[in-house]
Amino acid sequence: MSKTNTALAMLGLFLLVALPPFFKNYGIHLSTTWLVFIIATMGLNLTVGYAGQKSLGHAAFFGIGAYTVAICLREGFSFWLGLPLGALLCFGVGLGLGFPALRVQAIYLAFATLGFNTAIWLVMRNEEGLTGGNFGINNIQRPSLAEWSFDGNLAFYYLVLAFTVILALLMFGLLRSPWGKAFKALRDNPIRAESLGIDTRNYTLLSFAIGAAYAGIAGGLYASQVQFIDPALFTVGQSIMMYLMVVVGGPGYFLGPLLGSAVGVILPEWLRFAQGWYLFVFGTAIIMLMIWLPDGLLSIPDRIAARRLSREASAMRAARAQGATQ
Amino acid sequence: MSQPILKVTDLKKAYGAIQAVGGVSFEVRPGEIFGVIGPNGSGKTTLFNSMLGQIEPDEGKIELNGQDVTSLGPLELNRRGVGRTFQTLQVFGKMTVRDNLIVAAQEHKGNMFSRMFAPSDSGLGVKADALIDQFHIRHVADKKAGELSYGQQKLVDIAMAFMSEPSLVLLDEPCAGVNPSLVGGISNLLKELNANPKIGSHSSFIVIEHNMDFVMDLCHRIMVMVEGKVMAIGTPEEIRSNKQVLEAYLGS
Repeated sequence: MSKTNTALAMLGLFLLVALPPFFKNYGIHLSTTWLVFIIATMGLNLTVGYAGQKSLGHAAFFGIGAYTVAICLREGFSFWLGLPLGALLCFGVGLGLGFPALRVQAIYLAFATLGFNTAIWLVMRNEEGLTGGNFGINNIQRPSLAEWSFDGNLAFYYLVLAFTVILALLMFGLLRSPWGKAFKALRDNPIRAESLGIDTRNYTLLSFAIGAAYAGIAGGLYASQVQFIDPALFTVGQSIMMYLMVVVGGPGYFLGPLLGSAVGVILPEWLRFAQGWYLFVFGTAIIMLMIWLPDGLLSIPDRIAARRLSREASAMRAARAQGATQ
Repeated sequence: MSQPILKVTDLKKAYGAIQAVGGVSFEVRPGEIFGVIGPNGSGKTTLFNSMLGQIEPDEGKIELNGQDVTSLGPLELNRRGVGRTFQTLQVFGKMTVRDNLIVAAQEHKGNMFSRMFAPSDSGLGVKADALIDQFHIRHVADKKAGELSYGQQKLVDIAMAFMSEPSLVLLDEPCAGVNPSLVGGISNLLKELNANPKIGSHSSFIVIEHNMDFVMDLCHRIMVMVEGKVMAIGTPEEIRSNKQVLEAYLGS
């Protein structure tokens, strides 16, 4: 990481710590939601953006994490047991969902994961004894740790921020390690990867499992944040929304989820003035974005750099051609 | 004579009624550059794919350093020291050239778990830089491979196959689509890599190629395939003067 990047990251972190005390309750709630979705889409960015596995089932893992925490708390267990349990459960189920990905690719894989999402959603809705069915689970307690209580909205924001930072650092380390290169190789050209000794099977499964674990943690935090969950939060629609956040931010860009989640969580709030037209405006904005920036918002710097390079190259060619004619 | 690095015995593969490879046997010696030529449809690619574990042969046996590897897939073969290039370009387009080379050998170091904590370049940076210099692609080393010209990508593609110091490299039409001036360059590179005991130590190559001058100049021995069978195996001189081969393939 260059010095400028480190400085920018520190500045960003400073703002995330310093600003929220000046926000109203609703602003804090929105910021917390934004962070939760950053965690979830960081995981999806690994699966989709880095490893190239099209998954439309991410909300199912988000839901598994949320329900695990909610059920643990209802049964009198600690949040601090529920959260890792949810992550572990998602990791295991994610491994399982990876198996179809070994056989089907691209849009067919997307359909398979979409089916998985629907199946999980049906379990949440129909297993009333376990999940409360359509009524969901309410009165989910916020956690506390030693003498700190995270009951207040601001305190809970800082807890989620701590999780976000730690998980982002872990993801950064993972992507910097040889694993990161192996994931990208798998995305760019699986057949070539295999011929170079890259175990595409292991990396495919792990890209799903790790991505799912991130969604699980995000879901657990989300349950605790909103304190009431029902199956409607974890539908295929939510999965598509998360996929959209990854694509809009820039799949395969480390900071993609940061921007993508902002577009998915905060932009709808700004579009409230449009009322009934909100979805129309939002949808149109997304279509425009996909036409002009198919690689997401974070591809803008790359594009500018590429344009500059090609301008320099053509200037050089022109100069050479002129030299030749003289 | 020392043990052959690769021994193929009576290999057969049929697609429906078509016998693509109909009983092919040959050996590749250590350090040898072995050419495979033949008209289109003579079974070269099917033979290649069988040797590389992409398809399973119907009959026959493939031995690598005396071990039966007939039923192994591409992953296991690579781990045992078989490198390859493809007929079409197969680089990792969104990764830099240097990363392409590093990822080409990183899985030969440590295990899944240790690689999670290994340095970003897996300690392969020096080796990658050496190959980058040898292949004269220093000026594009930090560019994304997908943004390079066809010829440059071809060089990256070939360099990748040598990163893990394979004992046997299969090159599928290394000159396909490459401009004539670069063909000579590739030929020299392959000769260097074959002779250089440091990079690609004692490696043997099998080369499929339609460019006759290239094959005759580069290879130590050549196998001519026609209709799924071996017509002749011999030195370039022997092949050039083989009447049967002249009639069937090389033309007048």
